[in-house]
Amino acid sequence: MAKAVGDIVVDIERCKGCEICLEACPQDVITMSKKVNSKGYRYATVADEGCTGCANCAIVCPDGVITVYRVKKAG
Amino acid sequence: MAEQLTKEDIRKEANIVYKKTEVLTDNVLHYCPGCGHGTIHRIIAEVIEEMDIQSETIGIAPVGCSVLAYNYFDLDMHEAAHGRAPAVATGIKRLLPNKYVFTYQGDGDLAAIGTAETIHACNRGENITIIFVNNGIYGMTGGQMAPTTLEGMKSSTTPYGRNIKQMGNPLKMTELVAQLPGTYFVTRQAVHTPAYVRKAKKAIKKAIQYQEREKGLSFVEVVSNCNSGWKMTPVQANKWMEENMFPFYPLGDIKVPEDK
Repeated sequence: MAKAVGDIVVDIERCKGCEICLEACPQDVITMSKKVNSKGYRYATVADEGCTGCANCAIVCPDGVITVYRVKKAG
Repeated sequence: MAEQLTKEDIRKEANIVYKKTEVLTDNVLHYCPGCGHGTIHRIIAEVIEEMDIQSETIGIAPVGCSVLAYNYFDLDMHEAAHGRAPAVATGIKRLLPNKYVFTYQGDGDLAAIGTAETIHACNRGENITIIFVNNGIYGMTGGQMAPTTLEGMKSSTTPYGRNIKQMGNPLKMTELVAQLPGTYFVTRQAVHTPAYVRKAKKAIKKAIQYQEREKGLSFVEVVSNCNSGWKMTPVQANKWMEENMFPFYPLGDIKVPEDK
């Protein structure tokens, strides 16, 4: 079991759908949405589980739209 | 235990490990999707936040894609005429020597029209930091050939690829300024993967900190992509950059201070 549980929140209206975060995600839990935002870009979404909160996606995001949360678990 | 945590439990203020720095404004960046400029803006802002020098820093915006950089940094910013950012930075730093002064320039601004200003500011050893974003193309004006365009690289003015015989050689500005006695720290970085972003951030932090030593100019080149100009998707452009740009523009420190 993963030792850290994480989650990301994407600012949907600012996301431009460049998909660089998909490449950076070591867990492969980020996918592009089927819907588009008001500018017509598909935006990044995260799966319900599997995110460890490593923040790699947020570090490479050119538009700085990702906020990362992480809870450390003992087991 | 882990399964019981809901998204609401995780998404709490106390659990935040990463969020956009306050040194960047909330304006939406005008850059194309996937453009390295946004990442470079963010890491500069993060360095300024970490050093707690937001009110002590003055940035100089260039002409080019990043001409509106002053809209995104919540700092004192000055816009310079095309290529003249190092000259403006010189003036500001000499009048306000206790401020941290940096210029943010693209390859068209720094390596073409601003070559003279850049070389002379480096040679004089002004205590400023130059951030040089090199994507090998003129992005804002429609993807024309830049001095840094690689041999054989296609652009709107070199549709068959850059021909050295006709158009001359690509310019390695960073190696050039490293030879000048006025430069203190010269490095080349990239921002296409998390590891490189972290390295680039460290380099930019050093480059800004070295202003305190008053030993000369710090120059950070960041090799970046221009997916619109290169006619690729952002992910393809990053791969192309790794395969083609890095052999010619190798990453790493080119000149490090002797008195670490």
